[in-house]
Amino acid sequence: MIATYQSDSARLITPTMMWLFLALATVPLWIARIGLYPYLGIEILIWSIYALAFNLVLGTAGLPSFGHGAYFGIGAYAFGLCQFNVVANLWVCLAAAFVIAGLAGALVALFISHRRGIYYAFMTIAFGQIFWTVAIKSHKVTGGEDGLLKIARLPADLGFASIDLAGNVSFYYFVLLVFGVAVIAMWRLVHSPYGRVIAAIKQSETRAAHLGYNVWLYKASIFTLSAAISGFAGGLFAMAQLAAFPDVMSLHQSGYVVMMTLVGGGLVSFWGPVVGVFLFLTARDVIGALTNAWMLYFGLLFMAVVLFRPEGVAGAVAAAWQNRSLYSMRRQGGSALRLLFGGGRWR
Amino acid sequence: MALIEVEGVHVRFGDRVVLESIDLAVPEGEFHGVMGPNGAGKTTFFNVLTGRVKPSRGSIRLAGEDVTGLRPQLIAAKGVARSFQIMTLFDDFSARENIMVGLPAFRVRGFDMHRAASADSDLAEQASDILAMVGLTDRADVRAKDLSYGDRRALEIAVALGQNPRVLCLDEPTSGLGTDGVQRLSQLVSQLKRKLTIVAIEHDMEFLFSLADRISVIHWGQVIARGAPQELQQNEWVKRSNLGRFA
Repeated sequence: MIATYQSDSARLITPTMMWLFLALATVPLWIARIGLYPYLGIEILIWSIYALAFNLVLGTAGLPSFGHGAYFGIGAYAFGLCQFNVVANLWVCLAAAFVIAGLAGALVALFISHRRGIYYAFMTIAFGQIFWTVAIKSHKVTGGEDGLLKIARLPADLGFASIDLAGNVSFYYFVLLVFGVAVIAMWRLVHSPYGRVIAAIKQSETRAAHLGYNVWLYKASIFTLSAAISGFAGGLFAMAQLAAFPDVMSLHQSGYVVMMTLVGGGLVSFWGPVVGVFLFLTARDVIGALTNAWMLYFGLLFMAVVLFRPEGVAGAVAAAWQNRSLYSMRRQGGSALRLLFGGGRWR
Repeated sequence: MALIEVEGVHVRFGDRVVLESIDLAVPEGEFHGVMGPNGAGKTTFFNVLTGRVKPSRGSIRLAGEDVTGLRPQLIAAKGVARSFQIMTLFDDFSARENIMVGLPAFRVRGFDMHRAASADSDLAEQASDILAMVGLTDRADVRAKDLSYGDRRALEIAVALGQNPRVLCLDEPTSGLGTDGVQRLSQLVSQLKRKLTIVAIEHDMEFLFSLADRISVIHWGQVIARGAPQELQQNEWVKRSNLGRFA
């Protein structure tokens, strides 16, 4: 187990990633046959990028941020406003979403990075509410509660060719490509020296400071980076929806990404947020087709996870995998103690 | 010139004076013990020395450089490492990774987001050497939280050693250790003596009196006695405060 974990962490692209990307590439071929639609796939991929970025703060750094929807929303508005007021170029507008959300995140990080625990959480909520209120009240800029409408899915201009992203299938593959790059980048970040320092700070800020690390700077930088990537996902979401709305910035919707991450198992697994997004959005569409109270059932699932499997679905899978390994080791006559005390971890 | 020079350090928490006019000079290579009853201000003194607490007044110099009130990370970067009385390890990391994160070479790469941390075999080897020094070679891949109490104590010291410090501050290193553990620690400290400057708070008088070059006795936030272990055994204050009874 240790060898697998270490070798995977050193890899840029892991076998799990390869299988996932391949499986996701087939989605447009069969999703309509099972009664769903390609747009759901687009939503899952965009929210997965957002949830993975959020989990850099919650899972990797252990910082409880409950107002992260603000950066997702700021990215969406930045994409739209750049398109309308600066230049209608996909790359420039996505870069604007990344940078503007990152700047908003950096501003907040300046004020909250010396805090921890409940005070940190409250500060993130407060700033999230400020951004949400500004978005609603700045009617002339953001369109207020009506949102910023008529955002176009800009073509991907590659210099030698231009790819039209107006259709859901072509846009799905574009988002899948971006998802792939984002996953690889965040996987590397989490397992880089920077990621390990962030994980160390999560476990003991005091020890990290006495080892010579500027804890404040690391906390501020990971929050800023997470906000920037969330904003980038927000820019993609504006393209997907052809609009930017303030509701994704609300406290209510900021809670969704927390639920997705925790249900999926973001605290123990890199893939937890992706699992959580898949469960959440699929439940919304599948259970939502049967009853308007789908959130009640997802809420019950959330409570069950918190009560019985706080490590989430990914944690449950890890435990089942470990039990399976224990069983097979017993059958092979190996020492169960070796497995138990070998310190193996599933990621 | 002493490596550590503390002059007139005062610490107040509100109305309460915790340290009063503490002076201390520790030459390079000395093992300096700090003893005193509970609540005497020993750990606060350590916290001042390592930047966790800012003194109300007074100065601290390290190799002639004023480090008074500097933050812990800056003092650590100048070569001061410490262990904690209440163990403060990275519990989800393996013993090896606990040390790797503390290595100066790792710290330099702290903002490196491109390379995999586990791919650096040089750092892993350095960490393994330090683990061997404290007798934890066979526990290298065990998570810190799964180690025994004695092994965790040893890892605390190993993490501090990994920083390649000039000054090693040990806060009650024998706390909770059995006879074997204390013996192992004594051997380790004997090896480190002269190579490093060590300041250790300790309640185990036998440990301290057998290893320390000099000892400062802190009581009520003041240094009431200082000297070589043999001198302190004759000191009236120490006798009266019943601190030297194990010596």
